[in-house]
Amino acid sequence: MTDILKPRDAQEVEDAVRWALGNDKALEVAGQGSKRTIGRPSQTDLTLDLSGLSGVTLYEPAELVLSARAGTPLAEIEALLDKSNQELAFEPMDYGPLLGGAADQGTIGGAIATNLSGPRRIKAGAARDHFLGVTAVTGRAETIKSGGRVVKNVTGYDMCKLLAGSWGTLAAMTDVTIKVLPKAETEATVVIEGLDDANAALAMAAAMGSSCDVSGAAHLPDHVASWFDGLPKPEANTVLRLEGVAPSVKHRKETLAALMKSFGSVALLEEKESRALWRSVRQVKPFAVETARDRPLWRISTAPSKGHEIAALITPAAQMFYDWAGGLIWAAMPFAGEPDAASIRHAVASLGGHATLVRAPASLRASVDVFEPQEAGLAALNKRVKEGFDPKGVLNPGRMWAGV
Amino acid sequence: MSVRMPEADSAVLARRDGIVAALRSIVPGEGVIASECEMRPFESDGLTAYRQLPMVVVLPETTKQVSQVLAYCHGEGIKVVPRGAGTSLSGGALPLEDGVLLGMAKFNRIKDVDFVNRVVVVEPGVTNLAVTNAVAHAGFYYAPDPSSQIACTIGGNVAENSGGVHCLKYGMTTNNVLGCELVLMNGEVLRLGGKHFDAEGYDLLGLINGSEGLLGVVTEVTVRILQKAECARAVLVGFPSSEDAGACVSAIIGAGIIPGGMEMMDKPAVHAVEEFVHAGYPLDAEALLIVEVDGPRAEVDHLIERIEKIAKECRSMTCRVSTSEEERLLFWAGRKAAFPAIGRISPDYFCMDGTIPRAKLPQVLAEMKKMSAKYGLRVANVFHAGDGNLHPLILYDSNIAGEADRAEAFGAEILTLCVAVGGVLTGEHGVGVEKRDLMPVMFSEIDLNAQQRVKCAFDEKGLLNPGKVFPVLHRCAELGRMHISGGKLPFPDIPRF
Repeated sequence: MTDILKPRDAQEVEDAVRWALGNDKALEVAGQGSKRTIGRPSQTDLTLDLSGLSGVTLYEPAELVLSARAGTPLAEIEALLDKSNQELAFEPMDYGPLLGGAADQGTIGGAIATNLSGPRRIKAGAARDHFLGVTAVTGRAETIKSGGRVVKNVTGYDMCKLLAGSWGTLAAMTDVTIKVLPKAETEATVVIEGLDDANAALAMAAAMGSSCDVSGAAHLPDHVASWFDGLPKPEANTVLRLEGVAPSVKHRKETLAALMKSFGSVALLEEKESRALWRSVRQVKPFAVETARDRPLWRISTAPSKGHEIAALITPAAQMFYDWAGGLIWAAMPFAGEPDAASIRHAVASLGGHATLVRAPASLRASVDVFEPQEAGLAALNKRVKEGFDPKGVLNPGRMWAGV
Repeated sequence: MSVRMPEADSAVLARRDGIVAALRSIVPGEGVIASECEMRPFESDGLTAYRQLPMVVVLPETTKQVSQVLAYCHGEGIKVVPRGAGTSLSGGALPLEDGVLLGMAKFNRIKDVDFVNRVVVVEPGVTNLAVTNAVAHAGFYYAPDPSSQIACTIGGNVAENSGGVHCLKYGMTTNNVLGCELVLMNGEVLRLGGKHFDAEGYDLLGLINGSEGLLGVVTEVTVRILQKAECARAVLVGFPSSEDAGACVSAIIGAGIIPGGMEMMDKPAVHAVEEFVHAGYPLDAEALLIVEVDGPRAEVDHLIERIEKIAKECRSMTCRVSTSEEERLLFWAGRKAAFPAIGRISPDYFCMDGTIPRAKLPQVLAEMKKMSAKYGLRVANVFHAGDGNLHPLILYDSNIAGEADRAEAFGAEILTLCVAVGGVLTGEHGVGVEKRDLMPVMFSEIDLNAQQRVKCAFDEKGLLNPGKVFPVLHRCAELGRMHISGGKLPFPDIPRF
């Protein structure tokens, strides 16, 4: 069993990393470990458990800012924001059930380190876009800070961007400051029924290119549609979310429904059904259910117009749906133990974007690339960046790429 | 005024003729400028207090030429300063005496307008406004709108992570760029991102935005475009104090409204502007707020009504809602003319650029008033109220002995105050040379060294735009060394399971 170090404060995190450095130990950096199985299998000696660094340290709703210790549960932050009618606008998805774990786990540090986002990515951005300031311990056992508590800041390099999505390989975050935003007063969804993937891409492009301010655009093909909540019919549904104040949502719903009529028959979801639907899209529900959990799961980000072209190059036995107006594909492969990496990599290489094997047994994640393989020059640059922060490979070594 | 720049390399200067000839073999014709009078226009950027003629100016036209110029300079140990339109207000494009000035103005093509994916691929010398102009016929626009948008280039916007008055709602450059082509100092050409979201690997694109030309030279940028809102309306509100105005801003945001733009001006700024533009600003107000909301008509009218009500509750003295597009633009004309209006009443002025937590505004303004008396210099303030970005304009006359130095000291004291109240040195203008020596006010040596190690990963010889951002330069070999003092430290008292 792996040893666990559980620091109680930021200084102890620095002490732990210094100790690891001096004793040639590698650390698995974790919050609650809810996304631990994403990435190459850990080749570490101990776990640096940051869940002891917990608590919101500053929350000023009128300034749209919140600071918390990195190990603060995401659920605690979301509950606190809710009291002031605010939220994390990047709509972080919950990997828990998808990876076979419990729902509503995870920490704010983990959400940032994995650059989480959700359907609202197309309008509001990902965790990276809301990450204002950080204190972190690098693999040199040095405590650094970057950014601040203000939205507009160009003082020095934007190290927050670098740490967001670095999967704990550069530094162990101890304190983070994020931008928070008001919750929309209400929402509704315009549904276009019965479109094939290519026509759905066109409909979503038209919706996104309108002035209707769409905050979620997904296409749910018929073979997975029945898993989603709130849908009127279990057939192919192309769904477009509108959020805002009531008079605005009402107006835009009518405008968008009229615009979408040329693509297919249109239905409308009111607030309750709309919320249920988008929660299930955000949680990738078809592939989070018990019966689907053996299927290797890919997450592919590409240009919205290329999504269905990539999908066409993947085996028809795979189950898929599209978020981000077609630019995000969730693809569950038909056979446990066979991620079909070669065809996924080929499709992405020829049409652009990147693919991550977010779910597969450890033995597979050790033998195939989990993250998109990089062209040599870019790979070398990433390696040099890693070495600047963590020259001895103390923090999550090899989690993203072998030898990095 | 003078600022200490890295010492010129006399060996490089001695080889100048050979260097110019070598660069001419890479960029033929008019692309290499070496005569003093032709180089003169490049001697400074928007921060004209600092001037320096470069060793030579090169204006490449292709990525291949950029790559070859950089590879040559890398091999020969020659410094390079990249430049877009030269509108930087922090001296980010200030040339070096022994450096090549790499002007990107000839990269002026719009390569791909892709409405289906809502992106435009441009060369870095394309101006900010030209992106919007290229897509306006279809109702689209590019959201970041720095005041210099008619002249500033996308490459410069990426380098500075430019903002504008609408960035509270629509984000800064970094939130609106999806990809770029980047040439490293050694000539390597890399592609980051594309037309898709998020990075494969470390978010180097996020790092490039706001890196002030120290990490690489951008030769192509992919930006997102948005469909224009159906309409926009603005409210002009006068307050008896900056506290009241600040409380109103908080109340608007507290009510869940994120305006497209929310700008505040203090009394001196209002007076300077009103005399210049005659926008009908209330002259008796201590603070003036412009709040703009955009969206469908139904939404805009609904929100304007709520904002009017909030303003009344916050002790507003005057409240005018724009009733036509002309009137809305008139409200903005005053704000947008703030800098030239100040230029009209003072021979010279410094434009500062700190960001503060908004609640600290009354305190910062009061302190600034005291400083104004202490330095004997007037100050006017314009403020991006939504995001806390403060632009104090310090009025001085460089023909009066000592005023420029006093203005500089005044500015430094303001920025130090911004950091002390929980803010930062620069919100959107960049560190450049102007705020370089103030960096230790905000960052420890450990912080700055960590940032310089990032620089080392991109440019291990430190040849790209040295002397900007970092007050003290270290060699990468020295920064790379590990100093583990506690190699065999006893295990610390950390809970272990």
